[in-house]
Amino acid sequence: MKKVLTRIYLIIILIFMYAPIFTLIVLSFNSSKSRARWGGFTLGWYINLLSDEAVASALINTLTIAVLATIFSTIIGTFTCIAMIGLSPKLRSVIMGITNIPMINADIVTGISLMLLFRFLHLSSGFSTILLAHITFNIPFVMLSVMPRVKNLNFYVYEAALDLGANPAYAFTKTILPDIIPGIVSGALMAFTMSLDDFIITYFTKGSGFETLSTLIYNEVKRGIQPEIYALSAIIFVVVLALLLIVYRAPQAKSKEK
Amino acid sequence: MSKDLITLEHISKSYDGQLILDDLSLSIYENSFVTLLGPSGCGKTTTLRIIGGFEKPDQGRVVFDNQDITNLAPNKRQLNTVFQKYALFTHMTIAENIAFGLKIKNKPDSYIRDKIRYALKLVNLEGFENRMPDSLSGGQQQRIAIARAIVNEPKVLLLDEPLGALDLKMRQDMQYELKRLKEELGITFIYVTHDQEEALTMSDHIVVMNQGYIQQEGSPEKIYNEPENAFVADFIGDSNIIRATMIRDELVEILGAKFACVDKGFGENKPVDVVIRPEDVELVSPDEGTISGVVTGLTFKGVHYEMDVEANGYEWLVHSTRLSEVGTHVGIKVYPFNIQIMNVPASEDEEAISETV
Repeated sequence: MKKVLTRIYLIIILIFMYAPIFTLIVLSFNSSKSRARWGGFTLGWYINLLSDEAVASALINTLTIAVLATIFSTIIGTFTCIAMIGLSPKLRSVIMGITNIPMINADIVTGISLMLLFRFLHLSSGFSTILLAHITFNIPFVMLSVMPRVKNLNFYVYEAALDLGANPAYAFTKTILPDIIPGIVSGALMAFTMSLDDFIITYFTKGSGFETLSTLIYNEVKRGIQPEIYALSAIIFVVVLALLLIVYRAPQAKSKEK
Repeated sequence: MSKDLITLEHISKSYDGQLILDDLSLSIYENSFVTLLGPSGCGKTTTLRIIGGFEKPDQGRVVFDNQDITNLAPNKRQLNTVFQKYALFTHMTIAENIAFGLKIKNKPDSYIRDKIRYALKLVNLEGFENRMPDSLSGGQQQRIAIARAIVNEPKVLLLDEPLGALDLKMRQDMQYELKRLKEELGITFIYVTHDQEEALTMSDHIVVMNQGYIQQEGSPEKIYNEPENAFVADFIGDSNIIRATMIRDELVEILGAKFACVDKGFGENKPVDVVIRPEDVELVSPDEGTISGVVTGLTFKGVHYEMDVEANGYEWLVHSTRLSEVGTHVGIKVYPFNIQIMNVPASEDEEAISETV
């Protein structure tokens, strides 16, 4: 009995969480423009979407920013974690606490404060400000993912490499890097996902005339929702879902290998 | 006389304002098996890490083969280390682990292959080339760590409590193994441990350390039989350490009774500490003993019985193969040459060192 109730509870929760997205995906295949009536299956909205130049350029912008932000934030975040090895555990947890704050901070606050900072520095809004903003909010996610690996490092292994004649750089790539690479990969994927689906921070730092997918969707919605947007949202959802599955699966698969 | 290979000159080192090593000087002879022995926090591992180049001393010099290597990076030193927790490269095979140092030195492949085979043979792990470190037992991993170090033909092998994580039987086997390796390789071993039995079994020379100071150094026999102070006596094996009075040369008063001894030159009626090893206490019938008492505790230890004997207000620790039941009245006799007389610590500082054990 208890088991049945648990099951039912779980199913209700899942329905609450996924019903909206399921509706969206169903409607993206609906040939009728009405939201209430099923007019038959079609891929038309997806085809329209791909032929839309505004969407294509927004997609390229989104991907460019996501890739660059991921690369920079992963490098910065990883090296920050490694540099923090030398700190006392107390100072380390203080710094980790400080870097965690942006993650729980409301996006709108982060977005507005970044916008104000860029204005103050007279940076013209656009591609570069969005990129800077994305690197900034991605770093904590990378650190969150890399830090546990760094904490578990066995430094005797690094010293053993030095002892056997390796210079510090070679010893690093042979001993430390292989141990933390799963953390770096999942951190990078996490950063990529965050960057890909961010709207609020991008919205406040983008200026005019530069659109990413999320800001484009928002603008379209203001003009009345077109079914193409359902298709676009469905694609974003599937891509993000796929990335998240990789993030969660990657470390497990790695440990199973052993 | 063998020559000095490594000399530590007036080494001091502190962490966060805490002094770990205080003006430590030490010479290590070529081809010897030297053990740094002491409780945790005595500075023995720090000393080893300074020799290995992983720590820089705040003061003092490290001289290796007549060259000052104090500031030389660890990868430039002609010595290799076997670390406490093996520190094998877990994502590499055993062969790759052993080849690590040789590949850095750009040795030809055939040379590396021969060396791997030779090293595995030396540590009795032939055929393990393609295994991964995780699939080996602790003892096997430790042997690989040793193999990985010795293929580089170091002049000195540093071993930091390498047997600490192994079980008793394995530890004893490895002690003989290490001794054999040392003979076969003909190089200097510097070994760090807190286990006095390990130190006594393997070493040519033992350096007993406590709180950053060298308490005594010498051969295992000398350290065991002639401890210079109460700390050394207590740390190396069980001991009866008793405050006593030196009446005159060759006569000492212990717990109110006069014992003949062989030590001279301590002066007359001077306070001293005496050390009597538990196996040197003879239990005889009450009227034959120098003092008499009663057995209060008994434990069977396998090779011998361990007994506590209450006599003249002191609980004597006695090891004997002959059993005396609890409650038996016994006499205590000690042969003169088994009584080791030590000076009472002169300063409070020295006293502190001895009493923190």
